[in-house]
Amino acid sequence: MEKNIKFYLKLFSSTFSLSAFTFGGGFVIIPLMRKKFVEQYHWIEEKEMLDLTAIAQSSPGAIAVNAAILIGYRLAGIFGAVITIIGTVLPPFITLSIISLAYTAFQESLIVNYVLRGMQAGVAAVIIDVVISMAIELFKEKKIIPVAVMTGVFIAAFFFNVSVILLILISGIIGAAEVFLNQHKREGGK
Amino acid sequence: MIYLKLFWSFFQVGLFSIGGGYAAMPLIQNQVVDINHWLTMNEFADVITISQMTPGPIAINSSTFVGIRVAGIPGAIIATIGCVIPSCIIVLFLAFIYYKYRNLSVVKGVLNGLRPAVTAMIASAGFSLVILAFWNGSSISTKLADLDVTAVILFAISLVILRKWKANPIYVMIGAGIIGLAVYSFIV
Repeated sequence: MEKNIKFYLKLFSSTFSLSAFTFGGGFVIIPLMRKKFVEQYHWIEEKEMLDLTAIAQSSPGAIAVNAAILIGYRLAGIFGAVITIIGTVLPPFITLSIISLAYTAFQESLIVNYVLRGMQAGVAAVIIDVVISMAIELFKEKKIIPVAVMTGVFIAAFFFNVSVILLILISGIIGAAEVFLNQHKREGGK
Repeated sequence: MIYLKLFWSFFQVGLFSIGGGYAAMPLIQNQVVDINHWLTMNEFADVITISQMTPGPIAINSSTFVGIRVAGIPGAIIATIGCVIPSCIIVLFLAFIYYKYRNLSVVKGVLNGLRPAVTAMIASAGFSLVILAFWNGSSISTKLADLDVTAVILFAISLVILRKWKANPIYVMIGAGIIGLAVYSFIV
């Protein structure tokens, strides 16, 4: 693949348009990226795209940004990653800049306030819906530790305002300990 | 030094929001509302609402919105860079490990261990949004007399529609906004 200006422009415009027209976050944008970079451009192979997706989902931060970094780096090194990051971040950056300015101007408007008040009830329902689905998945596993961690963390975060970062670190350590114990058990059983 | 503060806050959001999607929400609330008081809980709820209606990750949307309000366009740029840098470092590091060993099982195990915690923290942030919607955010009072019945009904109907028919959240929120406008301008 020749890396001329045309290539970089194509890389930028494809990540930009994907980011600008994808509603619904990381889990939606990844299939669209696959379609563009695997099926349409043949820049990345199917199997490799699956691996990149796994890494993007395993890393902290927004999944869409992580996937863009990986694709850019894979195709054109650090410079490629910088291009895909800018392509992915720019559309929400522009949109939210405009909205932020409009928000300040409209904050006094009663009509906007009523609409946002109604929407707050709607968005609360959207988040609780997501939480219910995630919790059901956890209960389906029928294991004690995940349910205990979930209950404990919820009480600590909601009622006692314990720092979320501290809670993530503690749960990460519990997760790591579980992995090592399981590996130990498997090896011991041989 | 406001720029440094913005950078550091969103750096932490980027570093600790593990699991994608809504995982960033409790961290943003923690940094922006609880620690730095850059937004009220009401404004934070509006940012989440706006994020749902516009393309792009919640973390990037929030860093832009908060950055602009606190320190203009330069603030937005610095907050967004802060939010993205941890991703860059860790993603490239994991990719290196992955191509070397072709194995991410420990990382996956830790992530699996984090899932219940992430669920619980999203739930906690979600319940603060529910309380805000039900009591209109104006006071910290959660007395039954101050309950906003319209919001409770809107919430219940939205939740039923979302769970039963898996409706698109954007349409549900637009519907809630229109009904909100109609009812609140009628009763207030």
